[in-house]
Parts: sequence; structure tokens; C-alpha cells
Amino acid sequence: MGFYFRGLRRANIFCSFMFMLCLLLFCTNMAWAGGSDPTGEHTFAMDFRGVDMSEHFVWVLLTGFTILFMQVGFIFLGGLLQAKNVLSYMTHCFLATTLGALIYLGAGFALMFGGFELLGQHFGGGNAFIGWSGFLLLGGSYDVRIIIMFLFQAVIATFIGSIIAGAVAERMKLSAYVISFFFIYIVIYPLYGHWVWGEGWLWNLPFGVGVRDFAGSGVVHAVGGTLAFVGALFLGPRIGKYSKDGTPGFFPGHNVGYMVIGTVLLAFGWLGYDAGSTLAAGDLRASIVAANTFIAGAMGAVTVLYYTHLKTGASDIGEACNGFLAGLVAISAPCAYVAPWAAVVIGFLGAIVYMTNLWFVEEKLKVDDPLGAVSVHGANGLWGLLAIGIFADGSYGGVSGLITGNGGQLLSQFIACVVALAWAGGLGSLMFFILKKTIGIRVSERVESEGLDINLHGSPCYRLQTEAALGAEMEGAEEGAEEQKNTEILEAAFAKDAKREKIYSEKLGIWITAKPKESDK
Amino acid sequence: MKKKHIVWTVFTVIIASILFAVFKTTEANDTNGSFTIYSEIRDIEGLKTAVNLAWTLLCGFLVFNMQAGFAFLGAGFLQRKNTLNYLTMSFMDFCVGALIFWAFGFALMYGGSSLTPGLDKGNSFIGFSGFFLAGNAYHVSTSSVWLFHMMFVVATCTIVAGAVAERFKFHAHIIYSMILCGILYPVFGHWVWGGGWLANLPFGSGMKDFAGGGVVHGVGGLIALVGAWMVGPRFGKYNPDGTPNIIQGHNISYIVLGTLFLLFGWFGFNAGSTLKATDLRVSIIATNMFLSATTGAVTLLYTSYYKTGKSDIIMTCNGALAGCVAITASAAYVPHWAAVVIGISAGFLFKTSLHLMENRLRIDDPIGAISVHGANGLWSLLTVGIFADGSYSGVKGLITGSGWQLLAQFIGCITLVVWALGTGYLVFLLLKKTIGLRVPIKEEDIGLDIYEHGLSCYTD
Amino acid sequence: MKKIEAIIRPEKFDIVKDALTEKGYGGMSVTEIKGHGNQKGVSEVWRGKRYKVDLLPKVKVELVVADEVCDNVVQTIISEGQTGSIGDGKIFVYELLNVYRIRTAEQGDTAI
Repeated sequence: MGFYFRGLRRANIFCSFMFMLCLLLFCTNMAWAGGSDPTGEHTFAMDFRGVDMSEHFVWVLLTGFTILFMQVGFIFLGGLLQAKNVLSYMTHCFLATTLGALIYLGAGFALMFGGFELLGQHFGGGNAFIGWSGFLLLGGSYDVRIIIMFLFQAVIATFIGSIIAGAVAERMKLSAYVISFFFIYIVIYPLYGHWVWGEGWLWNLPFGVGVRDFAGSGVVHAVGGTLAFVGALFLGPRIGKYSKDGTPGFFPGHNVGYMVIGTVLLAFGWLGYDAGSTLAAGDLRASIVAANTFIAGAMGAVTVLYYTHLKTGASDIGEACNGFLAGLVAISAPCAYVAPWAAVVIGFLGAIVYMTNLWFVEEKLKVDDPLGAVSVHGANGLWGLLAIGIFADGSYGGVSGLITGNGGQLLSQFIACVVALAWAGGLGSLMFFILKKTIGIRVSERVESEGLDINLHGSPCYRLQTEAALGAEMEGAEEGAEEQKNTEILEAAFAKDAKREKIYSEKLGIWITAKPKESDK
Repeated sequence: MKKKHIVWTVFTVIIASILFAVFKTTEANDTNGSFTIYSEIRDIEGLKTAVNLAWTLLCGFLVFNMQAGFAFLGAGFLQRKNTLNYLTMSFMDFCVGALIFWAFGFALMYGGSSLTPGLDKGNSFIGFSGFFLAGNAYHVSTSSVWLFHMMFVVATCTIVAGAVAERFKFHAHIIYSMILCGILYPVFGHWVWGGGWLANLPFGSGMKDFAGGGVVHGVGGLIALVGAWMVGPRFGKYNPDGTPNIIQGHNISYIVLGTLFLLFGWFGFNAGSTLKATDLRVSIIATNMFLSATTGAVTLLYTSYYKTGKSDIIMTCNGALAGCVAITASAAYVPHWAAVVIGISAGFLFKTSLHLMENRLRIDDPIGAISVHGANGLWSLLTVGIFADGSYSGVKGLITGSGWQLLAQFIGCITLVVWALGTGYLVFLLLKKTIGLRVPIKEEDIGLDIYEHGLSCYTD
Repeated sequence: MKKIEAIIRPEKFDIVKDALTEKGYGGMSVTEIKGHGNQKGVSEVWRGKRYKVDLLPKVKVELVVADEVCDNVVQTIISEGQTGSIGDGKIFVYELLNVYRIRTAEQGDTAI
């Protein structure tokens, strides 16, 4: 019977996706409204302005392509997970890149950038709280200038999912993760993004020049990191992560080298991400932006590496990579507004924030965050927002911070931090709470013990030579009754195992798994 | 030298730099507001600046992607137990190198070149303006040039890391990287690119090195030679009678991936060296570079097939890289047919050099950095003097019947060898006397991952 | 002396190891292996099609113990490694002729 319903559920999900796709196709059929410029021939002209415009296009497109490389980097960070869960993490990132972009196309972009103006093209309607034009890029937004903005922003939007994936890795249900996307990409991310980037109320705050967030420390990383924190909090730690008295254990990564390569690829994309956020090739500040980005990241890595060397005697490269990323996140918001020396300071403090926050989240709050996404993106995102208020030197966009003797900007940035925390934390909690109560967000103990790859994705990431030949293709996709029974027995056995605690054995001086409690037997 | 000393040395340098930079900034006067030209572009000059800046930045990003290539390549060529050590070396040298190059390397290199604002003071031997990108050098154009060239200098450090891998002390590597980025590379770079005496040689058009065949790859490869020689071969590399053993890399697919990433980055490396998108020669440069790379690969594939009967992908990858290096100095000056010839010669040169290093000089170079970058870097300087056809910047080589350019290039080569080997020897000697170059033999046996970094790359 | 060779579920390995360590049988050799017994494999997906895979990952634990504790060790492995489903593995017990410790050239029970 359960077998029948499972089949039905799969059919259900499939049908709803198809329905959405049909709806999408139907909408696309709507006629082009006119007034916009889908071919680009009005935007481009054989004159000075046209050449200028085409140069902007080259810049934004190429940096957009570079940014997509960051997803390669995110995917490679999976080297820090256990070998049995790699594919699951990579699927999360990959879904963020694909499904995330589609949802953003459907609604997110319209809510975020409705009423925005780019390269002289005014973009539909919106007020200080929400935008409402450009759904599915139909009608008036079927325009080269708006779609180039969409490309750039859609690629950036996909990072939210990848950031969350790092904190919820190794234990989250794929279905819950996918459903959470609809909420994140339609409500949480676009609205906060609209308030800051869509020139909403935060942008126009009366203190300083209003909230500024150049390349998304707040909009992308603080929001993503906060959501990641909430997700990890609701999921609970992985089995065996914490012992009875709360001492954290650790799961060594299966290929730390991937982490290094992933970080380098992320940094490559990040240069495009920050420099491209000028959104105009004519904004020559891009070079200072890129230089600042690199310097801050480098300083973050150096700080963490030498700190770990001082503390443990070993130069911990995994942490140094996270330090690099922490520096990059911290500089994302202020990169355009500060001088290179300030970038060094921001990177240095970013690394400190990262290490302190990691310790706080892991040891005090006891939230299990496999890749350190909360500390890298969440904490440093907030620090990046504040850093504008402190280090901005007034040479760009009129943003001047504390070092020029101006405290108003810091107040604005502080408000943005509080709003980001409250908005993403509040709505994220609500979302994960509802998901937990309805479909459940965590996989069963059996799946977690056996590994998510083989259970959710049907194949392990790494095979041995002896496994090279797969057996015959099976006819039905469903399990037989006997296998069903075995699965149930296993579920019960692993659930019982998961309840065991880690205890400290005085005799041996190590942590060991305790015997099952009498009540469980 | 205790670990605390090492850490404090690094941090004192950096913190002193910051304090100095803050001090410099406060004294800077931006009367003309030169660093705020960012807003709308109103004339054709502004448009030109904007497109050039976009081009330099994007190419700089591409060059940074070469770090991912180096990481993959090195990881693939080394043993499992040392993977993480190499990755850390190549990762940290660009972090530390960037900071040092920002603090003073860039000023020594480009001061006096007047390439961009804030780089006005310097003579033909060394530059001395633009420290910390502060003062007048806090300018959008200067920053873009800094970014692009910083990517070059950190590539130089990573080249050296490859040749000394699997046995070198991690902190010794960081310290010589700092010296390399701060002094050795910038001074030679100043002579060639910063308006120094080599660039103004009275023969031909002066010494020309378009994208760093000598400055980046030559310096990197030759310092790698000194480093690998001073630190000695890996344990077990040579038998008592001097015949070499083969120490196999642990993942060949990484080598192929790394080569592909490097080639991708190399487009930025060569084509971006115009620093101008308005210099339309870029298309010829990119084409030359790719032709040379593919020819190098094909040459080595078929020579190794001829010799062993097997199609060797490792040699092929090295051949592609050798081809890239050999065209780097001359990419802009030579016609396409010459690029093919250079690629073929690069393949043979690589093979000869590898044989020379491994069997005659007995210098152990796990990744082949000396042969790929050093030998071919020098060769690429000479190719300018031979194949330049006079169609770009008036550089005329032997094929046009003028031998003067070759003479200039030859002087450049000699200077490069003397400078890199000499100063490299001094630096490594100093390190050997103070903190030592080599890890203990027991640790080398266990693997540097555990010894230096406390964790191994793979868990299983 | 007996040699005990236990083939168990990889997910259960940590628990079994901890239980054995706690009882004082710390020395063991561990191999990750592939194999199948009565459990005839699971299905996997390759390029969108479902296939039967007959070799499953298991962990082989080898211990050498004195005769009198052998039963205790076997019981520990059984009680900790059991789930009750097909695929829990097997334990093989062998008679052992002798054991030498290389460092000191001791032999017999003292060398275990």
C-alpha cells in the first residue's frame, strides 16, 4: 500500500512541475508589448553612445560569465564533506544554479528590481518596499538592457542556495531543500534585495547616503548566511557530531585538495562579481574594486593560516581557505568605497570575525555547520556591511564613514544589518518550522548513516575498480515487499543507534559511543 | 627559528605596512580629484579608457584562474601524501605575494615608468613610487595595472613551488616568496617593463618581452632551478649510481584538468598584456598563443609515441604548456607560421631540458617547472629576436634580415640568467643557514601533509 | 589463540570499534572491502536507468585474541553490529598457530 502511495507522490511532483512548465510556456506566448527593445537595435547605434553601450554590455556579460565560475568553486568545496555525501551537496549547489535561476526568472527578479533604472532604461513599476514588473521577463522587460541585468543578477541569486547547502549538508532532505527555494527566491531574497539594490527604503535611509552594499555582503551573504544558520539550527547536528557534554567531534573531509581548488575558483569568480557590480564599464572604479577584493581575501587567508600555525603548529590550509573566503565576503560590500589599506584591515578583521564566530557557533550555540557557511557568509556579510560605515573614505559615491569623521553612514549600515538578521532570520525560521512540521526536513537515520548519495541520488560518487560493471537493468523502479521489510528493520536499527551518545571514557582517555539505553532495547 | 618568530615576522611586516599606508594616505593630497573619474563618459577618450580598463581587469581575472590550473597540475603530479602541502604552498604564496607586491614590489617595478598616475619616480635600475597604491597612485588605472601584474608575480612564485615540492619547508617557501615578490621579480621586471635599462638597449627596439616569457617564466623557472638544486633531490629519486627513479603522480586526470585551466588563463596572460583593448593586435596574440600550445602538445605526443609506442598524455600536457611559455614573449611580434615553428621547437626543447635536468645535472623537479618555464622562458626571449616580422611596434627579427634585435634579446637572456641564478642562490643560501630548506627525512617519508598541515588530503 | 575475521556494515563500524576498544580489545586491522552474501545487492541509477549492483561496501575487521576471550569478542561484535536485516555480515573464527611481535621477538599470548 505504502508502495502505491510513494509512486503516486512521485507522479504528483512530476505533474506539478509539468503544470508549471506549461503555465510558463503559456505566459511566454503573450504578445510583446512594444516600447522595449528585444533586438538591441534601438539601444545600439553607430555613434558614440552606441559604442559606449556595447562596451557596457561586454563588461556586464563577461563578468556575469566569470561569476558563474563561482558555482564551480562552491561545488568543489564539497571536498570537505564525507565521501558518502558529496553528490548530495553537489546536487544542492547544482539545483541552486538551475532551479534557483528559473524561480528567480519567474518572480524573484520582478520583485527585486521592479522600478529600477539601468543604462537609461526605466524598468516598470515598484515602490520602496516591493517591485512588480518583469515577471518572466515578459512584455516591457523583454529588452536587451533589462535582460543583461537579469543575467547578472540571476547568477548572483543562485549563490543563496549554495551558501545554505554548505550548512545543511549531509542531512537535509532534497524535497524540503527544493521547496524552501520557492520561498527564498520569491520572498526572502528579492524583497531584501529590493530594499537595498532595488533602491527601496533602506537605500534611501536619511542617515549618511543611505544603505550601500556594493556587491552583496548584506543582500547575498548576510541573508544567505542567516538562512543557513536557521536551517542548520532546525536540522540539528549530524549524528555523532556532539558528545554528551557538548564537545564537538569532527568529520574529516574526504578530499581537502578540492577545498583549495574550489577556493581559487571562487576567488576567480569573485573578482568578476565585485568588479562587475559596477554594472557599467564606464565606472572605472572597477579596478580599485578588484584590487581591494583580492587584497582583503589574501589578508584573511594569511591571518587564519598563521593563527592556526601559532596555535597548533600545523598550517591548516582548510581553515586558511575559509579565511580567504571570509575576507572576500567581508570586502564585497565595501570594496568600492574604501582604499586598499582599508581592504587589508577589513580582511584581517574578517578573518578574526570568522574564527570567533566559528568557535561561537560550534562550541557555544552547538549548531552543526559542516562547511562553515554561517561564519564565512553570515557573520562576515554583516561585518562587511558595517565596514562601509567605518572605512569608506568618501572618494566614491559620496559614501563617507567613520574615518572621515562621519557617523551617519555607520548608523545606516547598522540598520541594514539588523533588518537583514530580523528578516532572514524571522522568515527563515518560519519557513523551516513549517517545512519541519509538514514534510520533514531531515533524512532518516538510516539514510544519514549509509550516505545520502546512494539513497537519494542512486549512485555513489566514487567507485572501486571491482564495481566497474553494473548488473542488468531492472524493469520496475519500485522495491519488492521483502526489500521493503528489510528497509524498515534498518530504519529502526539506525534510529536506535542515532540515539546513542558519545561519552568520555576515563580509562581510555578518548570519546567512545555509549551502549544503547535500556529503554531502547 | 621558532614558529612564533616566523608568525611575528610575517605579521610585523604586514602591520607595519598598514600603518605606513595609513600614514601615506593622510599625507596624500588629491587636489585634482584624479581618482574620482568614474562617472559618465562624455568623450571618445573616456570611452577608450573605459574599454581598456575593462579589458585589463577581465584578463587579470583570467590570469588568476591559472592558479586553479597550477593547483590541479601540481596536485596531479605529486604523490598522494604531499598533495595538500603543494596546494598550501601555491595558495599561500599568492596571498602573501599579493600583500607584499601591494606594499612595495609594485613600486619598485613600475616606479618611473609613468605608465599610470602615481608612478613618476624611478631611474633605469629601480623604481620608487607607488608604494601601497597610496597617494597619487590611489587611482583607477594604477589599480588595474597593479591587479594584472600582481597575478603575474604570484604565478612566478607558484612556478617555483612546483620544482621544490614534496621536500621543502613550508615557511621557508613563504619567506622566499615574499622576497621574490618584493625584490627579485620587481627589479628585473623594472629593467624590462618599468622603463629600465634593458628596455632602452640601443640594439633593435631594445629588449622586448611581450607578456613575460622572461620576466615571469624565465625568472620563475631559473629560481626554481636554484631552489631545486639547493634543496636536493627527493629521497629515493636517485639510485646510488645516479640513475633516476620514477616517482609517479597520483592523479593523471588532475594534470589534464590543470592544463586546460592553465590554457584558459593563458589567453588572459598573453592577450591581456597589451593592457589595451583598443590595441587590436590582441586577436593575433591569442591565436598565436593557441597555435603554439597545440603544436607543442602534438609534437610531444608524437615524439613520445615514436619512442615508446604509447600516446603519453602527461607529456602532451607538458608540451602544451611549453608551447604557451615559448610564445609568451613573442606572441605579439611574430606571424602565425612562426607560432607553429616556436611550438615545435618548444616541444623538443622541453624534452631535451627534461633529460638534461633529470639525467645529467640530477636536479629533481617533480612538476617539470624548470623545463617548462625556465628553458622555454629563455627560448621565448630569443624567438622575439628571430621571428619578429616588424609588423608590430617595429620589432624586427632575423627573418627580416636584422640581427640587432636578437642581440638585445640575447643580452636580456644573459642578464636574466645572471640575476635570477645569482640572487636566487643568495636567498636560498640565507634561508639554508637560518631556518633550513628541507624537512627532516622521516617527515618526508611520512608525507608533508601530516607534518606541515596536520591533516591528510584524503581520508580513506 | 584465535583469529577473528568479521565482515560488518560500514555504518556500524564506529560503534563496533568503540565497543571493542572499551572492552580492551584495541588492536585490529581494518579493510574496506566489497562483496555480497545472501543480500543480493541493491539497485543504483546510472544515466537515468535503474541497475542491480551486486557488490556492496563492507568493512572487514581482523583481530587476534586469546582463546578465553574469543567468545566475548564475537558476542560484542554480534550485539553491536546487528540490525536484524539482511546484510549484517559474517564472523569467521580461525585457530592460530602462533603470533610473534617483531619489536621484541616475543611469541604466543604475550605477543598479542
